[in-house]
Amino acid sequence: MSRGKRVGREARQGWHGRQALILGKVVLVTGVARQLSGRFVRRIQRDPEVDRVIGVDAVPPAHHLGGADFLQADIRQPTIARVLAEHRVDTVVHMDVSGITPLGGGSRGSVKETNVIGTMQLLGACQKSPSVRRLVVKSSTNVYGAAPRDPAVFSETTPPKSLPSGGFAKDAVEVEGYVRGFARRRPDVAVCVLRFANILGPSADSPLAGYFSLPVLPTVFGYDPRLQFVHEDDVIEVLRIGAHEPERSTMNSGTFNIAGDGVLLLSQCARRLGRPTVPLLLPAVTWAGGALRTLGATDFSPEQIRLLTHGRVVSTTQMRETLGFGPRYTTAGAFADFARSRGPGMLPPQALAGAVDKVAALPFLRGRTHTPSPSNHPSHPPTHSAD
Amino acid sequence: MADAKVIPFDDDRPRGAAGAGKASGKGSGKSAVRRRGGGLGGSGRRGKGGEPGAAPVREVQPLPVPPPGQRPEPGTRTASAGRGGGWERRVAGGLAFLRRRVTGEYEVDEFGYDEELTDQVLMSLLRPFYETYFRVEVKGVENVPADGGALIVANHSGTLPLDGLMMQVAVHDHHPAGRHLRLLAADLVFMLPVVNELARKAGHTLACAEDAQRLLESGELVGVMPEGFKGIGKPFSERYKLQRFGRGGFVSTALRAGTPIVPCSIVGAEEIYPMIGNAKTVARVLGFPYFPLTPTFPWLGPLGAVPLPTKWTIQFGEPIATDGYPPEAADDPMLMFNLTDQVREQIQHTLYKLLVQRRSVFF
Repeated sequence: MSRGKRVGREARQGWHGRQALILGKVVLVTGVARQLSGRFVRRIQRDPEVDRVIGVDAVPPAHHLGGADFLQADIRQPTIARVLAEHRVDTVVHMDVSGITPLGGGSRGSVKETNVIGTMQLLGACQKSPSVRRLVVKSSTNVYGAAPRDPAVFSETTPPKSLPSGGFAKDAVEVEGYVRGFARRRPDVAVCVLRFANILGPSADSPLAGYFSLPVLPTVFGYDPRLQFVHEDDVIEVLRIGAHEPERSTMNSGTFNIAGDGVLLLSQCARRLGRPTVPLLLPAVTWAGGALRTLGATDFSPEQIRLLTHGRVVSTTQMRETLGFGPRYTTAGAFADFARSRGPGMLPPQALAGAVDKVAALPFLRGRTHTPSPSNHPSHPPTHSAD
Repeated sequence: MADAKVIPFDDDRPRGAAGAGKASGKGSGKSAVRRRGGGLGGSGRRGKGGEPGAAPVREVQPLPVPPPGQRPEPGTRTASAGRGGGWERRVAGGLAFLRRRVTGEYEVDEFGYDEELTDQVLMSLLRPFYETYFRVEVKGVENVPADGGALIVANHSGTLPLDGLMMQVAVHDHHPAGRHLRLLAADLVFMLPVVNELARKAGHTLACAEDAQRLLESGELVGVMPEGFKGIGKPFSERYKLQRFGRGGFVSTALRAGTPIVPCSIVGAEEIYPMIGNAKTVARVLGFPYFPLTPTFPWLGPLGAVPLPTKWTIQFGEPIATDGYPPEAADDPMLMFNLTDQVREQIQHTLYKLLVQRRSVFF
């Protein structure tokens, strides 16, 4: 403990000198077999101050990594420490914390092991490696849970009223705990924990994206949860901010909620997607979720059901004021982009709007000049709210 | 009722109808209604949905229950009003509203408040209760600031939180700036299906310091009933006796946000469900804080759940400024208790004054 502190102090003193010596950064990204991590690797590879990018995953990625090196290594094994030392890695971007079962089709147990044991191994390796100066962890707003007794808007300091009892949310809570411990032991390392809201985008493969792809959306009767989304492009951008030196008057170490502006209700989402909803009583939803999961249609975990019952909204003041990041997509914009990529559902909103316009144009209403429902209603075009 | 026996000393109204509360004097009742109709008509019609067709309805004796068929639908509400232009505009507006609803192109804030739905539908559903059934009289609405945050603190009563909803309609319909009241509700509200959905859409949120402060700092008008379940679930014998005001958290929240506190006294809500007993075992089984037994409720089935048509008065008092205190004052428990007592005393005092002025419970 005391030794670690001393090392930290020395390293902090030598910070600026070393900064001048090392010209390029060496970035290590975990979990690159996933689409989002692959995109991040390709993007950060193009940054001029980045010298090398090393992608690590237990399985080789199906997508190309844009010239980055790929090392097939399991972060649950101690080999990761050797990788860090060999390549003199100075920035670690840990993206292998995920609620999705791996591509090869693994069990929930193996996901949990990668999330928790993998993080522990990685942090242990980072602690031993003197070259590491920056750590970025992709976490999730799942750590707040979802309960009726919670405040409507979570800020980074809000303690959740009911800690997540299992599943990915519990993994994320544990991962963040280990990351906090690491930050205490290595105060010279800038640690950035990014709590992402539900990530959506054209290539999103999250459980929520799977849910919104169902032809008919089962909902919980009597609840209309508030949801927040963040677009994949914004995820990449904010991870870059975390991985680089902070801009002037901003700080990129700490914990930040990342979400698009605004809120969408589940009913709004369903209508904008044009998918009918089937309200079910809570026990029936749990049962249907279990059935769907067995069939493999979607990953309908209990925490997912809690999210779709009580919803979750986070405050993004810290993201704007401290991290200095303004997302390009609003919640509605990110959702619109996702909806475009999925194609219309059974009840496309355009068709419904057309039907209402037809009623408005019926003979007994026609001929009035002030009828304010023309066929192309100007208010809130759904597709342009992003820009 | 015991309150009607109090001799009024500063009543400026004509006397004579004071004893008519339980009396069968239909004539005096009618005259009272007519007098009030004259005084209330202007302000009552200021609301968005207040249509001219409702004026004759207000003249007659209030019905015990508004028939469900009479619940107004936005857009088609005054189909019988006979004024062509208004009717068409309503239909067109209703269709535009419907178009936005079916395509999901409407906005909600981060608390889930759906302003459009509240104004067009939820308020229109509450307004018949407000105008015709409880005939709410609003006083001192000028004490509610026209802009910026403010915390309205009111007494709580009536077994079901109808008083909060009526206060919301009162602020919305009578305030010159048409402000929206954001109520803080108990966690039970957000656990019940359907109720939680409607509450969120009507702009209510959980009564916790985080939410209240967030709303106040964004310049919203926040309504709170610090008595909570102690106030709403108290027996009929303790009516108009203010219970303990929680731990005074609302004062420190207002102090932190630097917003004024507006005391509000509601008279009439205590008698809508005279709670003569509390079935504690049933309440425990259902997970409710109390299970009311009224002279009618469990015995007459759903018919017993019809509230008594009492006459309400909502009085907004002089605002208490909180911006003169230093920032650390919010953590001073002594100051908190003093301010809490001041607010409580003011509400209690206004309650007694209004009770003395009241002619009867029902008129």
